[in-house]
Amino acid sequence: MATVRLKKGFDINLLGAISDNSIVATGQPHSVAVVPDDFHGMIPRMEKKEGEHVIAGEPLFHDKNHEAIKVVAPVSGTVKEVRRGQRRHIDAIIIAPDGGNDAITHDLKRSSLELLLDSGLWVMLRQRPYDVVPAPDVRPRDVFVTAFDSAPLAPDLDIVLGDKRQYIAKGIEVLNGLTDGKVRIGMREGQAIDAPGAEVTTFVGPHPAGNAGIQAANTVPVNKGETVWTLDIVTLARIGELFTTGVVSHDTVVAINGEMVQQPRYVSTVMGADLESVLKNEMTNVAQSRIICGNVLTGVKVTADTWLRAPYRHITVIPENNKPDEFMGWASLNPNRFSIYRTFTTWLRGLAKPVSMDSRIKGGERAIVRTGEYDAMLPMDIYGEFLIKAIISGDIDKMEQLGIYEIAPEDFALAEFADTSKLELQRIVREGLDKLRAEMS
Amino acid sequence: MNKIEPSFRPGGKLAKLESVYDGMETFLFTPNSTSKSGAHIHDGNDLKRTMITVVVALIPALLFGMYNIGYQHYLAIGEPSTGWFTMFLYGMLAMLPVIVVSYVVGLGIEFISAQIHHKEIQEGFLVTGILIPLIVPINTPLWMIAVATAFAVIFAKEVFGGTGMNIFNVALITRAFLFFAYPSRMSGDEAFVKVDSALGMGGGNVVDTFTGATPLGQVATSVGDPSMTSILGTPITITDAFIGLIPGSPGETSMIAILIGAAILLLTGIASWRIMCSVFVGGLGMAALAHALPSATYPASMLDPATQLCLGGFAFGAVFMATDPVTGARTKVGQYIYGLLIGVFAILIRVYNSGYPEGMMLAILLMNAFAPLIDHCVISSNIKRRARRAATKE
Repeated sequence: MATVRLKKGFDINLLGAISDNSIVATGQPHSVAVVPDDFHGMIPRMEKKEGEHVIAGEPLFHDKNHEAIKVVAPVSGTVKEVRRGQRRHIDAIIIAPDGGNDAITHDLKRSSLELLLDSGLWVMLRQRPYDVVPAPDVRPRDVFVTAFDSAPLAPDLDIVLGDKRQYIAKGIEVLNGLTDGKVRIGMREGQAIDAPGAEVTTFVGPHPAGNAGIQAANTVPVNKGETVWTLDIVTLARIGELFTTGVVSHDTVVAINGEMVQQPRYVSTVMGADLESVLKNEMTNVAQSRIICGNVLTGVKVTADTWLRAPYRHITVIPENNKPDEFMGWASLNPNRFSIYRTFTTWLRGLAKPVSMDSRIKGGERAIVRTGEYDAMLPMDIYGEFLIKAIISGDIDKMEQLGIYEIAPEDFALAEFADTSKLELQRIVREGLDKLRAEMS
Repeated sequence: MNKIEPSFRPGGKLAKLESVYDGMETFLFTPNSTSKSGAHIHDGNDLKRTMITVVVALIPALLFGMYNIGYQHYLAIGEPSTGWFTMFLYGMLAMLPVIVVSYVVGLGIEFISAQIHHKEIQEGFLVTGILIPLIVPINTPLWMIAVATAFAVIFAKEVFGGTGMNIFNVALITRAFLFFAYPSRMSGDEAFVKVDSALGMGGGNVVDTFTGATPLGQVATSVGDPSMTSILGTPITITDAFIGLIPGSPGETSMIAILIGAAILLLTGIASWRIMCSVFVGGLGMAALAHALPSATYPASMLDPATQLCLGGFAFGAVFMATDPVTGARTKVGQYIYGLLIGVFAILIRVYNSGYPEGMMLAILLMNAFAPLIDHCVISSNIKRRARRAATKE
């Protein structure tokens, strides 16, 4: 078992961590929704209309370009509303659960590829390049599974996994049949997950060591023309479960934490459950909170009247800024004004101590001035700053040469946090990937 | 502030000053705007803080420069026993107009440019504006400084897109402009020691033995063994150069003040230690080489390497100018090469080109031009490595 030590990166220790690892059940959600935007790269075509009844595992919509790629209902119930936004963009498909446990049982004798596509688990996979839902007609070179999440306040995937870990071996077996290469699992030090048939690598170091892209880049990097899949260990177990029982499990364990949560804890619920039923009275002050599905670096901002977004096993609630403009904030000598740089005095109080951070940007957007900031947060053999510049200038050849195929927006999330010039790096990377994808097809 | 805001927004009667208003507001109050996309939390550091920290690092050199102007002045008029505070006050009065002119002209152009492009005012000139008074001879007429600053800000910075986009260091362009446009005022006896009164203070008659040339200027014109003397004709030692009580541009003379600034820049991590160290290594190496092959034709070659580094603008350039991240090399390997070559070229020009007793300015500007090329080569190796990796897979 190989060990990779990563020095670059940083662990942001936010207030509001979970101290009690027990899991609380939230009960039946009032409504459940699927948000097509969570499956980047898909263009949804509806299969169900408003008012139709669905059972768990039944397709709600498929992809316009690949009809085989389906997104399924996580619960049985009635399609209450297909909420549309501008230009008829589908914002959410809302299901009123009927409380039943009806679910589709799949025939296990079919080919793994078909079963995976039909079950709706396919859309939980991501492919590099482009960080999108994989194309079914491309066999991946390797499959990268990350067994831990290193992001700020991230859930311990061992806890999320629970007794589903029994299905991991089956999941590995299935994915081994779908790739010409190997299933490569990245674990953190001391993590003991039985993974027969997979190549396990241990990663030691700060965030973003848990990102699949970082793990791939430090073991077998993605080259131009190659495709790999990335997923986390929980999805791997779900695949194993499907191929053992024939049923997809849409139950999920979610970490609810952050400074604005009264009692940070793990809850068990259903993918897509309404946040009201998940958060209940957990929040200290709804009006002054920012609810994030996912972690503070890569998650999506949501409102309390929406739903748990399917790909995330984490809800972070941090203070939304409610303070007045800070008088001469640039002159502050306050050690609690958090900065990883020594231009501020945070280092005097220790960077590892838990810190309160709100959603302020704390500065204006500027041209890239300081050197090496991105590289220090990106443990890959990539010149981050030059890649970002290539993307901004739309130079496709340069993007390719500098390694855009190896990255996903999440890999630049920490650099975005640390950026003195306050550029929206994840948006820039996403636009670059989308542009490249459009150009290549 | 918020009360007067509407009149500055489009449609308001002061809409033409929108950028100025924004600049003032964000200077006084760090905005409470929150993230819209991507990361939800951000580091507290921004470019304002970064630039201010550089200005703080320049303060020791600035204060010492003021004192030294006074010291040299009272030496020149034959009153060396004047109190230190009077000397400092004189120097401050002498420098104040230069600082004001530099900031007013430079920031004025930045404000106008920001308004034309409807952008926020950027803080790059905060540092440039204080660097300029520190690197031009104290006797430079104010109108020359105004013209040179305007030239540098417009043609070295704004035409490239403003802060973060310039190819050449703006402060050095200012000095280079002065150097080539008005060479007679930039060197020799009259440039570096202010002998007349500063804002009405401290006038007097110059002593007979007065020579106001910088040590390097003296070396360049000396015949045979290089000799450096102070204003009164006493020899200058390396200790004098280290402390900094010698004629020269205000910021450059004191090694001690510069080293304090260097410590601030390195501790806060703003300046690249790779560049800073390699400039000194390159300079030391070249100076040692020149010293090993002394030649009467090139009197500066007889200076020992340590003295070389303490004299002139070498240290100031290495600490504050070469480390400018915008105009320097941006890759780690590139920074070593970039710094090393600056050090080598600075001494090379100093020793073997008698036309320019000081080579630091030209060396940095030259390497500014080559920095993108150095980075290109470093990055090419990364690109090649990636291409090779892809090729062996097939």
